[in-house]
Amino acid sequence: MGMFSAGRGLVGLVLAGLLWLSAGSALGASEASSAPDPGRGLLTELAEADYNGKKAVIDTIVASGDERSRRWLESLADGKLQRLKDSGDFVIVLRNRGREWPVVDALTFEDAGEVSRRALDRIRINNALRGYLDSSLALFDLRVDDPQARLVAARDLIGEVDESSVEPIARLLAEESDSDVVTTLELALAIQRLDQGDVEAVEVLAGNLDSRARAALSQASRSDDPTLAAAASEALTSIEQVLKINRAAETLYFGLSLGSVLVLAAIGLAITFGVMGVINMAHGELIMLGAYTTWAMQQVLPGQPGLALLLSIPAGFLVAALAGVAIERSVIQFLKGRPLETLLATFGVSLILQQLVRTVISPLNRTVVTPEWMSGSLMVNDALSLTLNRLYVLGFALLVFAALMLVMRRTRLGLEVRAVTQNRAMARAMGIRATRVDILTFALGSGVAGLAGVALSQLTNVGPNLGQNYIIDSFMVVVFGGVGNLWGTLVAGLSLGVINQVLEPWAGAVLAKILVLVFIILFIQKRPRGLFPQKGRAAEG
Amino acid sequence: MIRILPSALHRSLSRRLTGGLALSVLALGISTTALAEDAQDPIKVGILHSLTGTMAISESTLKDTMLMLIEQQNAQGGLLGRELEPVVVDPASNWPLFAEKARELLAQEEVDVIFGNWTSVSRKSVLPVVEELNGLLFYPVQYEGEESSENVFYTGAAPNQQAIPAVDYLMNEVGVERWVLAGTDYVYPRTTNRILEAYLAANGVGDDDIMVNYTPFGHSDWQNIVSEIKQFGSAGKKTAVVSTVNGDANVPFYRELANQGVDAADIPVVAFSVGEQELSGIDTAPLVGHLAAWNYFMSVDNDANYDFIDAWYDYTGDDEAVTNDPMEAHYIGFNMWLEAVRKAGTTDVDEVKDAIIGVSVPNLTGGYATMMPNHHITKPVLIGEIQDNGQFSVVWETPSTVAGDAWSDFLQGSRDLISDWRAPMRCGNYNVVEGSCGAGAAETVASE
Repeated sequence: MGMFSAGRGLVGLVLAGLLWLSAGSALGASEASSAPDPGRGLLTELAEADYNGKKAVIDTIVASGDERSRRWLESLADGKLQRLKDSGDFVIVLRNRGREWPVVDALTFEDAGEVSRRALDRIRINNALRGYLDSSLALFDLRVDDPQARLVAARDLIGEVDESSVEPIARLLAEESDSDVVTTLELALAIQRLDQGDVEAVEVLAGNLDSRARAALSQASRSDDPTLAAAASEALTSIEQVLKINRAAETLYFGLSLGSVLVLAAIGLAITFGVMGVINMAHGELIMLGAYTTWAMQQVLPGQPGLALLLSIPAGFLVAALAGVAIERSVIQFLKGRPLETLLATFGVSLILQQLVRTVISPLNRTVVTPEWMSGSLMVNDALSLTLNRLYVLGFALLVFAALMLVMRRTRLGLEVRAVTQNRAMARAMGIRATRVDILTFALGSGVAGLAGVALSQLTNVGPNLGQNYIIDSFMVVVFGGVGNLWGTLVAGLSLGVINQVLEPWAGAVLAKILVLVFIILFIQKRPRGLFPQKGRAAEG
Repeated sequence: MIRILPSALHRSLSRRLTGGLALSVLALGISTTALAEDAQDPIKVGILHSLTGTMAISESTLKDTMLMLIEQQNAQGGLLGRELEPVVVDPASNWPLFAEKARELLAQEEVDVIFGNWTSVSRKSVLPVVEELNGLLFYPVQYEGEESSENVFYTGAAPNQQAIPAVDYLMNEVGVERWVLAGTDYVYPRTTNRILEAYLAANGVGDDDIMVNYTPFGHSDWQNIVSEIKQFGSAGKKTAVVSTVNGDANVPFYRELANQGVDAADIPVVAFSVGEQELSGIDTAPLVGHLAAWNYFMSVDNDANYDFIDAWYDYTGDDEAVTNDPMEAHYIGFNMWLEAVRKAGTTDVDEVKDAIIGVSVPNLTGGYATMMPNHHITKPVLIGEIQDNGQFSVVWETPSTVAGDAWSDFLQGSRDLISDWRAPMRCGNYNVVEGSCGAGAAETVASE
């Protein structure tokens, strides 16, 4: 096979390689059986070169047109292309955990059994090489049929285009039918032209919100060429203006998202503390139990994180509700009307639950997998993207809130709860079994805490300390919103979230938290019953 | 009966022993112990790590590491013909309790050495007790420096063995020009970042190109900060984040980075507190390429390391268990102490203290660690990139080992100090300018 000179650059080589691939794959196969496999030579070069040398070898591999080259480059990028220390044979590792790793032969892709990790030598790469590999692979992918895959490939090329790849990309661009791919490729090319000092490229980039376009423009605005610098600065100013609006929208989203977490954590407490008047310091641990239920579900259903997560919603509710009932029956019912003792006793329960998890499961955090459909973000435009996991949690919080409102307003349980809350003696006189209502209310509040845990497992650590991080915030939200008022909890949670996120960029995370606390203290001084105080005689009791 | 007993003993022991240990060694071990006077007391090794409370997540593994090392040593015949007896106490992540428990270990249990502590604040709490009762403490975690005690041996990294080389790597090999210093709001990140700011300024990085950000412990809402980092990084200069974010807060931080699409190729994050154990709580596929600087990685290709890992797998009964840098530090510290006791022929604290300086033992990365006169050790510095299996792949390492520096060369007041615990100087904060052993300067620096 003719070797192309490396000087022609990466992309020329890719294209040539692709031609070879389509024309002579059968030829390659017959050659491999008689002569020694050229792949082995290529991989040996790859293994022995230093980081810079590897780039040239990657070019050679691409140019060789070997149909295995794509898998080689992919497994190299994943760090799974390795070499057996004694025989010097190359393998691709399928699973790299534990003592023995299953591998396939890198030349034949046939199963090669399990190999001890001691016997393997990884072919090292670093970030720079990984980027180079990504753009090499992207050029392969620009030719596939799926427009979505082409778009992903085109995005990988933004900021990675060099002189040698301009021409082939331009050629692919001329054949491209999908408009998104066209725009992305044009952007990628324009950034390269701008780097070369082309003033006209500024026009293409003007108004583009992509951060790499902005980076290229601000680099150009520092250029020695006054026309270029002026044009670039002008384009930057107009972009900045659009960005400001986007940033405001982003901050609002951040605030609502943080707020929804607060609402979720606090809403169970709004029932137990707000409606029943029980100060439950173990509320955070009930949240933790919900999160651990998600983890346990994922252990039971390996490989199906999405399904496990959905099933965790009822399971988490049940587990936390049962734990709540146990706490109510064993501790709280004996301390009715003694808030200080309740506080101390439930604090003890919270410590016991934490240590129980540490001893029984592990003091280490557990991995909860985020399902595919919850990872990444929803792109509104190039500058504004909403992270999906938080978007789901926001929606989930609103759903839980709506469901809870329905229960309290539309069901018999809700009616009885409200009756017992307003006047216990009178409710009992009317034939309501107050004890049963107490248990059910506490179970409901605890179950909702479990739901919060399921949601939080997607945002933060699942570990024994999970609950502690949310207990103070939860009480803060309930007190601020007005004890005994679910609407108050919703409004208080969301507004505290937004206030916090608005303050954070200029005050810093530590100070923002302090300022929010100071604000609440002042507010409670002025209005001790919170945002939405309960009115009427019930409030006096 | 008599014939059954040894085999039962052997079975119960060998179940916990490493595969690498030959039976003959075991037999030898038992017979030498038997030969030595049975009446002789065991040597007591105190283990001062939190088993409950917030720090249990990190520290309980170190307790298990110590128990494993002691078990291995006993199987090889103990030390000076005597058995080693671990004494485990639980300071429960409570800083004042650390001091009480240290006192209990030294005064009541009369242990010969203590291995313990994780956070700097717990070490500061134990320090006066260990000095008063003349104990020995081996501290295995990377820390901010600016301290040197006659009774403490620092087997973790000082800033010049972790932070500075990492910044050098980013500056010289990756070409980073703009820096975000993000940390949790407490003493280690603040001191480290002060050192780094001074170091960056000395290397010609302007104030505009440095962004410093602190967050509370256990911070879980990183949306705004990650978005700010993205903005900061779109100024047309290569940007990197130097993270001293502590423990638990890292998981939500990395999740947010991944979700907002901060790619290691664009803005790499180099962390000083994220190791294999922290990563075991996250799906690392979106984090591939982000960096960490340590003196040990579990992935280091070396037989001593594989033996250690296999022993750890056997000890924990879990083939997915991970090892990390502080565990290696205990491994080194324990072996150094054994060597020093053998050299001194006694466990007497003053003699061991003198004997240990200059002692070299193998580390797990294929080299040797030497105890320096300032009670810090020599370590190689490794930069690793996160892989999709929660491990790091080493991309760069210092050409030779680096000796730990108790007093940073980049801080006012600290750069004139040296520490040397050999006779005749025996001083932890000798001021080379004034030519005196001055506690004054040291206290000003430490209390800042």
